[in-house]
Amino acid sequence: MENTLSTRSLFEMSAPGRRGTQFPLPADGPALSDLLPAEVLAESAPGLPELTEPDVVRHFVNLSKRNMSVDSHFYPLGSCTMKYNPKRHERWAKFSGIGDLHPHIRPQDSQGMLRMLYESQKMLGEIAGLPAVSLQPAAGAQGEFTALLVAAAYFRDKGETRKKVVFPASAHGTNPASAALAGFECVQLDASQNGFVDVEQLAKHVDTDTAVFMITNPNTLGLFEKDIHRISQMLHDVGALVYIDGANMNAVLGITRPGDFGGDMMHYNVHKTFTGPHGAGGPGAGPIAVRDFLADYLPGPIVTKADGEDGNPVYDLATPSKSIGRVRSFFGNVGILLRGYFYLRTLGAHGLRRVSEDAILNANYLKERLRDVLPVPNGERCMHEFVASAKQLKDERGVTAMDIAKRLLDYGFHAPTVYFPLVVAEALMMEPTETESLETLDAFVEAIQAIAKEDPEFLKEAPHTTPVRRPDEVAAARKPVLCWDACLDG
Amino acid sequence: MPYLFATDEQRRQMLDVIGVSSLEELLAQVPQELQLERPLDLPPAMAEFELEHELQAIAKQNKSRTCFMGGGAYDHFIPAVVDEIAGRGEFYTAYTPYQPEASQGSLQAFFEYQTLICQLTGMDVSNASLYEGGTAVSEAVFMAMRVNGREKKVVLSAGVNPEYRQTVETYLCELGCQVVTAPVANGTTDLGQLEAAIDDQTACVVVQSPNFFGCIEDVSAVSGMAKAAGALSVMSFDPISLGVLKRPGDHGVDIAVAEGQGLGTPLQYGGPYLGILACRQQYVRKMPGRLIAQTKDRDGKTCYVLGLQTREQHIRRDKATSNICTNQGLLALRATIYLSVLGPAGLKEVATHCCQRAHDLAAKLCQIPGVSLMYSAPFFKEFVLKVDNVNAFVAKAHAAGFDVGPDLHADSGILVAVTEKRTQAEIDAFVAAVS
Repeated sequence: MENTLSTRSLFEMSAPGRRGTQFPLPADGPALSDLLPAEVLAESAPGLPELTEPDVVRHFVNLSKRNMSVDSHFYPLGSCTMKYNPKRHERWAKFSGIGDLHPHIRPQDSQGMLRMLYESQKMLGEIAGLPAVSLQPAAGAQGEFTALLVAAAYFRDKGETRKKVVFPASAHGTNPASAALAGFECVQLDASQNGFVDVEQLAKHVDTDTAVFMITNPNTLGLFEKDIHRISQMLHDVGALVYIDGANMNAVLGITRPGDFGGDMMHYNVHKTFTGPHGAGGPGAGPIAVRDFLADYLPGPIVTKADGEDGNPVYDLATPSKSIGRVRSFFGNVGILLRGYFYLRTLGAHGLRRVSEDAILNANYLKERLRDVLPVPNGERCMHEFVASAKQLKDERGVTAMDIAKRLLDYGFHAPTVYFPLVVAEALMMEPTETESLETLDAFVEAIQAIAKEDPEFLKEAPHTTPVRRPDEVAAARKPVLCWDACLDG
Repeated sequence: MPYLFATDEQRRQMLDVIGVSSLEELLAQVPQELQLERPLDLPPAMAEFELEHELQAIAKQNKSRTCFMGGGAYDHFIPAVVDEIAGRGEFYTAYTPYQPEASQGSLQAFFEYQTLICQLTGMDVSNASLYEGGTAVSEAVFMAMRVNGREKKVVLSAGVNPEYRQTVETYLCELGCQVVTAPVANGTTDLGQLEAAIDDQTACVVVQSPNFFGCIEDVSAVSGMAKAAGALSVMSFDPISLGVLKRPGDHGVDIAVAEGQGLGTPLQYGGPYLGILACRQQYVRKMPGRLIAQTKDRDGKTCYVLGLQTREQHIRRDKATSNICTNQGLLALRATIYLSVLGPAGLKEVATHCCQRAHDLAAKLCQIPGVSLMYSAPFFKEFVLKVDNVNAFVAKAHAAGFDVGPDLHADSGILVAVTEKRTQAEIDAFVAAVS
């Protein structure tokens, strides 16, 4: 059923003179050379492909069939929270008055938009237990960076110079990358034996030169850091701040709050926890929530609310008094933030807690059922995800985590996250999310059990049924081809 | 619960398999004293039809008028095919293409995006997109520092969008790097002052064209000055303008960046938009963000993978070229579809429409007493109007159903932008309204 004629490159499909859409110009319009000096005008139109609309449609529709997606497949990708993306959100985000609103429109003309954004700030503050919220960061990584700049401004304001940002070995790569970008020195703890932060080791690195301790909780092994309160206390005792990487918030909604377990700052990944679609890698949205004493340093604008003369609320935009400045143009990734708003308004407090409860239930069920084939080295129970190890299979039969991941594609399941975190050998990180049925989980378990019995040589050759098989990534890195080559020659 | 599956019976069954007697036993992983003992204080749950009704009412509280607004976001026409294809769940509900076998659709589309951006800009290599225009400028500045090792000074033209300049200043604020802003004279960068600001410590020179005031800059002169001082030149451009204007590559710039919203992305109050970054081949390993590479699979078939990942944060951590771990995949896809369906002729027509109509409107507005162009420099689709009273001017436009701006508080100026969507009738009605 594959249509490889239509999945040729757009540039191969091009034929001179074909048109996809037209914008006929008035016959009596002035020539551009009458409007602009000759030296600013291009000598020819850019070398784009020439295609009809049906060419374009057939090309991309056939390409789309070469993707797995949440709409079509189970996607147990650990740390990514690949949950269902409600269709209603797509319709509402496009409403006239929402999807077509210009970012420079004045606050008096955008009261509806500002109301939704204000209520988003409030709801995200409540869920975090950290009341001051900036919706500006475009993604989780930018949220981390923004919060670290907030921390730097806070300490400077207090007349303190603190250079260190500390994080566990299992931290997401964005943590150290963001800390370096914000001008801090990175201190990474050694991997611990039991999957939790080693409090004694941490104590050796925490002093008055420590600005921030960054921690994901539940951590990247899917375990709730049981000593988090003690850890936070240790940091607060030396005047440092605790940053909660909110990538795993899907585990704790309404159950516990970062602000309650000691966090001073956090980011959300709206595209994970609150169903912004991943879009094959973005857009995301990474709003941050912080304690009141950090509110003045947040990037602006922030939405404010006051009582109007007629008793109705009036929303406005304001920049906090000691703001670090903006971290991007315009307000934020509003289209994604609103999908989160729609989700929270749909679920309410009870529904939101149920999301986390079912996410935890699904993960523990899957973990238990896979125990014999893919044991989990750390933790008897888990939160919303777990990290299994294929070490036993590798030692006994030479089957690696990558082999299992690739073979799962043949069974119609997206692969789990593999080889992360680095602290588990042959790691397979699985996060089923709450939006999968028991039937799907059982089918996935049966697939893994079947794979574990298959011929290792056959698994090395997997996947067998996908449009392409094990691309040569080494060649791609050695001599990267990043542009259609016929265009390079031209 | 619209998106949850487990029935009470199944929950029971699952708890049995896990070997616990209740959900609370599972939740006991969270120490009791840290558990929230009350429900979250959130608005009550709402069914789809109820919430839709409320959202329709909220949407009506936003007063969007016929758009002559600019300042970095523009009301360009979006062909239906862009929404149709980008609305396919296979694209918008897919994850980052870490498993290439399961992601060839998105990977090929992003590879085509990179190629289209190279063709559009005349640059050698494009990444698979960044957050938006302001962070694209910031990432270009960091990239320039990595290329020439100069970390103490960057020079920006005051013609660069002020929100982009603020973003750069925020990004650099903890790194001890001086941000020097070269002034604008009569709408374009004062080249004498710019040249005076550049020295042998300058990492890069950033110019925007058409600039924030709509005026077209002498980018070739700027890139020449940068080169003479061993600095890199960075140009922020408007992708739509490249239907008719010279390309960044024609100007000899080292890094070209843009806000790509005009390429098929709706306004949606400022985001998500599309950050474009392209550069010369020699700098490819210093680039930030995701790159898609073409390769062969084990059967010799052409295919696509994430390329040069050793630059990225998940491998390099604190030594990475950027902390970015998303691209704007869905917006890059929209731009790819948009450029495919417009083609060279379509893009040229759109750009020509914008330019012709903007000049027509400017000429007609300037016949109104007390109204004139602030600057005489050539402009593309946007210009600064000098009026006696900005608020009165805006009020007249609003009353007749037109949005205009943003206003420039400094000197009674207001930005006016014209896209191909504005009809002759709308242009004439706007002129009549503000006369």
